[in-house]
Amino acid sequence: MKVKVKKMFPPGHVRTPSYLRGKIGEVERDLGYFKNPEELAYGLNAHKQKLYRVRFEMNEIWGETCENPSDTVDAEIYEHWLEKV
Amino acid sequence: MPHDHNNEMSPSGHPYRKDQDHPLTYWQNLEIAVREILVEKKITTEIEIQETINEMDNRTPSNGATVIAKAWTDPSYKQRLLTNASDASRELGFDIGPLKLIALENTKSIHNVIVCTLCSCYPRNLLGLPPDWYKQRSYRSRIVKTPRTVLKEFGLDLPKDLSVRVHDSTADMRYIVLPMRPHGTENFSTQALEKLVTRDSMIGVGLPKSA
Repeated sequence: MKVKVKKMFPPGHVRTPSYLRGKIGEVERDLGYFKNPEELAYGLNAHKQKLYRVRFEMNEIWGETCENPSDTVDAEIYEHWLEKV
Repeated sequence: MPHDHNNEMSPSGHPYRKDQDHPLTYWQNLEIAVREILVEKKITTEIEIQETINEMDNRTPSNGATVIAKAWTDPSYKQRLLTNASDASRELGFDIGPLKLIALENTKSIHNVIVCTLCSCYPRNLLGLPPDWYKQRSYRSRIVKTPRTVLKEFGLDLPKDLSVRVHDSTADMRYIVLPMRPHGTENFSTQALEKLVTRDSMIGVGLPKSA
């Protein structure tokens, strides 16, 4: 499944790194549900959110001049940060 | 006073190292305040806190080495490790708490390396405390952008046809690399194999020692 990380910049305890925002990747695996750290960090009654491991190609993240296009970065991204492509 | 060095040099001509007696930061003060309240309210004790710190300090990469050597010698264990590394670690008696662990297998065509770009997430229960460089921005920001350059600085020059997979521990998972078993170790006992597994090989910035 191809997904795109939403390009948004909310304040607070966010676990989506900036360098992946707006980038397209492939879901590597579904990790199940975890309490949303964006609420958990503030002692709120955190909702469970689906967490995915998403694989991004270097090319997609850093552009044509990247070190080696076929190398990849895998990261865990929460469902509410992803949209289907 | 006899032990004040000011700006003098040592007899060998090197500057003396400064004492680590800087004033407490805001966050250090906050930590002390919270700790004292918790003790005062009998929610925890100084001894309990000290025991937990000792427990953390005493974990070493030899825990991880035990897991890796077992995976090298027992194919069905290796399968269980790759399916659920948390359960596979518990199976060998390691208390890893609620940690969700994923084992990443190095092969002839894939080399894995772990990082936490957002902070310092690390498989502490199996490897102990992270090395200082693992927490520094220099490693965290560069390994996701130019992993081959960074790995070369660690002494790992990887061929082009080997894919590098960087794993950023951004949320609830922790990772450990399952390196390839070194050549010429077919007759090695599990204990002898454990000695070849280095901390860096389980982070992915190194390889196991050769036989």
